[in-house]
Amino acid sequence: MSLVKIAGLHKHFGSNHVLKGIDLDVAQGDVVALIGRSGSGKSTLLRTINGLETIDKGELRVDGTALHDGKGDLRALRQKVGMVFQQFNLFPHLTAGQNVMLAPTVVKGMSKRDAEDIAKEMLLKVGLAEKFDSFPDQLSGGQQQRVAIARALAMQPKVLLCDEITSALDPELVNEVLAVVRQLATEGMTLIMVTHEMRFARDVGNKLIFMHHGRIHESGDPRTVFANPQTPELANFVGSVTVAA
Amino acid sequence: MFVQFSTWDIVRNLLEGGKWTLALSLIAFILGGGVGLAILFARIARNRLLQAFAKTYIEVFQGTPLLMQLFIVFFGLSLVGVDVSPWLAAALGLTLFTSAYLAEIWRGCVEAVPKGQWEASSSLALSYAQQMRHVILPQALRIAVAPTVGFSVQVVKGTAVTSIIGFAELTKTGSMLANATFQPFLVFGLVAAGYFALCYPLSLYAKSLERKFHVAR
Ligand SMILES: Nc1ncnc2c1ncn2[C@@H]1O[C@H](COP(=O)(O)OP(=O)(O)OP(=O)(O)O)[C@@H](O)[C@H]1O
Ligand SMILES: [Mg+2]
Repeated sequence: MSLVKIAGLHKHFGSNHVLKGIDLDVAQGDVVALIGRSGSGKSTLLRTINGLETIDKGELRVDGTALHDGKGDLRALRQKVGMVFQQFNLFPHLTAGQNVMLAPTVVKGMSKRDAEDIAKEMLLKVGLAEKFDSFPDQLSGGQQQRVAIARALAMQPKVLLCDEITSALDPELVNEVLAVVRQLATEGMTLIMVTHEMRFARDVGNKLIFMHHGRIHESGDPRTVFANPQTPELANFVGSVTVAA
Repeated sequence: MFVQFSTWDIVRNLLEGGKWTLALSLIAFILGGGVGLAILFARIARNRLLQAFAKTYIEVFQGTPLLMQLFIVFFGLSLVGVDVSPWLAAALGLTLFTSAYLAEIWRGCVEAVPKGQWEASSSLALSYAQQMRHVILPQALRIAVAPTVGFSVQVVKGTAVTSIIGFAELTKTGSMLANATFQPFLVFGLVAAGYFALCYPLSLYAKSLERKFHVAR
């Protein structure tokens, strides 16, 4: 049974029809890479999965929590779906540890002590145990992004959404973040990520989705799809980005 | 009638008036802050009706001169049979005025918190109230400190208007003294100096806060 199921999903921004009937099944443990040109609807699709964008029409179900035509319990959905953003979006007035502790205490009603244990465990997982008391502006971009990952993981989501999480980073900081994502993937975390790191998508992903004009234009096993694109649009796209061995 | 006023007499009387200016400023600022906070919450609430009420409130008090607001409070209330002293009318009028401006300043501060903060806290399943309480307001507060202190200068200067309804604060005391002493230049010079002594430190403080929070970001 699929963990995330999307069927016939449509989304408009005003008169702009951005998602034109998306069907998608993500199984437990899948690592899905969303690729496509700018404006093809990758971010919008990702953001509908945790209700940051409303849905006009269609079905969305994550681990039994469903939205029908955009209606349903958003907060229940969000407790199952974690998200990491391009711009990190850490809470600047809280330390790294407090950033991670906030949702478990406030949303799940966990005690301070339990939340602290979880925060320590999650920061350790992303290699930042010693930064518990640092404020975001005392951390590098790569460190901030890793705290953001820890913050999302602390809610024990069923699936983690990542929207170009290395795009705002200096090149030398990209790998430390990718390494964390790779680790999560090997531990069996279900991931859906929008990425421009084609090589990463191919090596870590087990499902590749190429979006084009608001539709899933082509999808399949990353190695096969990259090596043997079935549509000229994807061939064109793959040709325009380097998938270096 | 021809009492001789020494310069010290003038200063002493002005200090007495200045005390009331200070008291009125404090009251207006504290009560106005409280009411302003309530208006702010209405303004940023999800309820359309509350929003509309707060918006109208702010627009009315920002869109009319403080003097008219005082007249309406002072004469309007006595018209309907409520006897208000100049002191009460002044405090009430300035509180309304201050609350509208502070609510609007603070709304700007809430809106200055980046959209990503809303999104990140939404994605963590926080409710609207939880987002406000734990993520948005703490950040808005830091942004608000400098402009709020800056606005307090406007409140101090605004108290001068209450002299017209006969409240004996610094300006009113000054005009009475000017009439009695025939030394308007000296008296109003001292009055101005009094306002400056109250306002200048506040301005400086606001500027230093602005610098401090600017660096802190
Ligand atoms: N908040 C919004 N309001 C109006 N239009 C929007 C909004 N967000 C996205 N769009 C539009 O929706 C379309 C898809 O945008 P989306 O951000 O999903 O693309 P993307 O594939 O993520 O692109 P990129 O690679 O540049 O991030 C674009 O035409 C964009 O202009
Ligand atoms: Mg995008």
